Amino acid sequence: MADNCILEMKNIWKIYPNGVVANKDMNLKVNKGEIHALLGENGAGKSTLMKILFGIEQPTKGEIIYEGRQVDISSPHKAIEYGIGMVHQHFMLVPSLTVAENIILGMEPKKGLSIDIDQAYRFVQEQSDLFGLPVPSKEKVKDISVGMKQRVEIIKTLVRGANLIILDEPTAVLTPQETVDLFNALKNLTEKGKTIIFITHKLNEVKEIADRITVTRRGRVVGTADVKDISEIEMSKMMVGRDVDIRIEKEPAQSGEKLMEINDLEFTRTDGVKSLKGISFSLREGEILGVAGVEGNGQTELVQIITGIIPREKGRIKLNQVELPKITDPGFCRDAGLSHIPSDRMERGVAADSTIAENIISDRFKKVPFSKNGVIKWKEVYGFGEEMIKEFDIRTDSARTEIKMLSGGNIQKVVVAREFTAHSKITIADQPTRGIDVAAADFIRRRLVKERENNLGVLLVSADLTELLEVADRIIVLFKGEIVAHFKEVKQINETVLGEYMLGIKRMSSEEMGDL
Amino acid sequence: MNEMFQGILSWDFIASGIRVTTPILLAALGALIAESAGTPNIALEGIMLISAFIGVIVSGFTGSLWLAIIFGVIVGTLMAAILAYFALKLKTDIILAAIALNIFASGGTIFFLAMLTGDKGSSASVNSLLIPNVTIPIIDKIPILGDILSGHHSITYVAIVLIFVVQYMMYKTPLGLRIRAVGENPDAAESVGISVVKTRFIALMLSGFLASLGGLFLSMGYVSWFARDMTAGRGWIALAAQALGGLNAFGVAAGSFLFGFTEAVSYSLQIFDIPYEFTQSLPFIITIIVLGIYAWRKVKASGKLNVSNSSVGPTEK
Repeated sequence: MADNCILEMKNIWKIYPNGVVANKDMNLKVNKGEIHALLGENGAGKSTLMKILFGIEQPTKGEIIYEGRQVDISSPHKAIEYGIGMVHQHFMLVPSLTVAENIILGMEPKKGLSIDIDQAYRFVQEQSDLFGLPVPSKEKVKDISVGMKQRVEIIKTLVRGANLIILDEPTAVLTPQETVDLFNALKNLTEKGKTIIFITHKLNEVKEIADRITVTRRGRVVGTADVKDISEIEMSKMMVGRDVDIRIEKEPAQSGEKLMEINDLEFTRTDGVKSLKGISFSLREGEILGVAGVEGNGQTELVQIITGIIPREKGRIKLNQVELPKITDPGFCRDAGLSHIPSDRMERGVAADSTIAENIISDRFKKVPFSKNGVIKWKEVYGFGEEMIKEFDIRTDSARTEIKMLSGGNIQKVVVAREFTAHSKITIADQPTRGIDVAAADFIRRRLVKERENNLGVLLVSADLTELLEVADRIIVLFKGEIVAHFKEVKQINETVLGEYMLGIKRMSSEEMGDL
Repeated sequence: MNEMFQGILSWDFIASGIRVTTPILLAALGALIAESAGTPNIALEGIMLISAFIGVIVSGFTGSLWLAIIFGVIVGTLMAAILAYFALKLKTDIILAAIALNIFASGGTIFFLAMLTGDKGSSASVNSLLIPNVTIPIIDKIPILGDILSGHHSITYVAIVLIFVVQYMMYKTPLGLRIRAVGENPDAAESVGISVVKTRFIALMLSGFLASLGGLFLSMGYVSWFARDMTAGRGWIALAAQALGGLNAFGVAAGSFLFGFTEAVSYSLQIFDIPYEFTQSLPFIITIIVLGIYAWRKVKASGKLNVSNSSVGPTEK
């Protein structure tokens, strides 16, 4: 086993200048040709450890042994030289350049002074055939799908001679089908002798694809194991250090008056695709209405229209008995009693450079007690911020911490803290637990259920079917911009049933769906 | 009125339009390269001014045309390098650093002019050389075409060639690809081992080089002396021409010609009984109008609201 080891990271410490300790004496051993999962909650130190390996960060202490010799990886450039590649969560691609140009960037084949573009296309074709990763080399990166972009990133590392590829939460942005394709591609790569480190916090993925697993928690390595010897429950215990109860106990819904009515909503995208084709449903007091569907079937448009971000093409929306004007804005919708937990928290959820407290009061800073006579009362603001940190279990030293210093799960808690204290009757939660750790996700789900128990309404859009089935009282399924199914009794169905409707294999008649 | 249009539509007028366009075009090509790299160079005005000054002084004191050109270009490029050093190495705001350079250029040239010649207004006392015009044999004999194509200043021909060179460089060579990559997503460039600082440094120096040619043209071709603040906003108009033409050298050239010809019109109008202040301000009024229309159309084109989530799209298998 020792001679099979490609990488060993020994006693790695990382202490940031601000005193945050990200890695405490971490050890990692990776064998050649395996898929090694690095599992841990957000903020467990796994990303930092990988940044050290790829030369983005320097360890405070510790050594790295790669292919049998001690190496000093001072920059990503150095890492690439050693044969280490990394696919980041946020793609490192230039949108307006073609796939081939992105791949050959920095190593352009030349003919005279010019780039030999034919040679570039041939080269990309060759490499993508070799590794079984087909890409449209002449298309611009901005025109290709997320899954395809990821593939381009993987090829980028391979053509630079990577033997060890680090993938940072690669499935967070993928559709289920793209995930399947990615996994097949990764298995194919290990057969060609490549080694893969796979950062994740999804247990089912580990079980599905990884050979071995290293679990991290709060900056330390908890343990390493062969995946076949360990169950998902054991993994989750190692990860959180306590049992995560994925079951959510709740009483049957006591739905009341209609809070939100959507009538015959239509929308056409700029590319001409009709993404909402006459959608009607309502949300009542005291219920959580789940929206299921494969991503790209109209959910995003639906949420953005209801929250006033984009104008609808046709149809009517009533929030709390208030008819939404055709041209509206998020402020109007908020005033009408709507909270919104957006799917992209960095884009629409928070201001990264502002503090926690500033973000929490960003929808109410004009109101008493946070401001008086046009002057902000900072004492109130930070007092409230500290309160929220306690109530929502945001892991930080102070409400003055900038958002960008927090981990994903904690950032989402800031968003949730603001939205759940806005006293809105309706909450639109769009992928509220995507990409965050198990404990934070569990916390947020419980808060959603609590909203409902307070007789408020929640519209939950989620790609996580287990979450929908656990949390929602009713579920509607969107397929190609239409509602194709409606389940009034969520307890009686499972993922497989939902999947059949999501993929368009089945659809309900309007009698079967009943009153939406 | 008739007279006015005759004046504007004459072949002389076209030749004058080309002449007026030359410095704007050169600076605008420089603006294109800097903008592509994600480091807008608004010091073009100052760089042109300094190069114009250096050219006149060096030629006046050494009597060598080549030395004048070489020093003019080197100093202009160096100015851009200073901007790059401040912005990229010392991490100052590039706009503020460029404003400082522009102010320095305006005041510095007057200071040194006064020091060297005793005159604060112009270099009339310096016997400076001219960069010659070029007569193209045969073509210059053809009526009309000869007037338009032949007899221009050598830098004008260089500028025309540079349109193609810049376009080729930006879209066909590794350097151009890297400049564009660095401008659009520096992290992506860095991740494949391209030095963002180095690439931007090169882009800014190239922009300085091009602007310095424009400056030399002003003081050693357009006229044969240096006058205080003689660039008179051309560096700014070049930025407008670049904004109009986008990141395409031909588009930028078209934008430059538009502004150059507008300026030529304002000169032609001076012989008429139109207030001097109005004709002088015409190029700037046109700049504002054209940029306004351009911005409005751009907003309108992208106005059909995009669903912001990038993952929206038909999920094909």
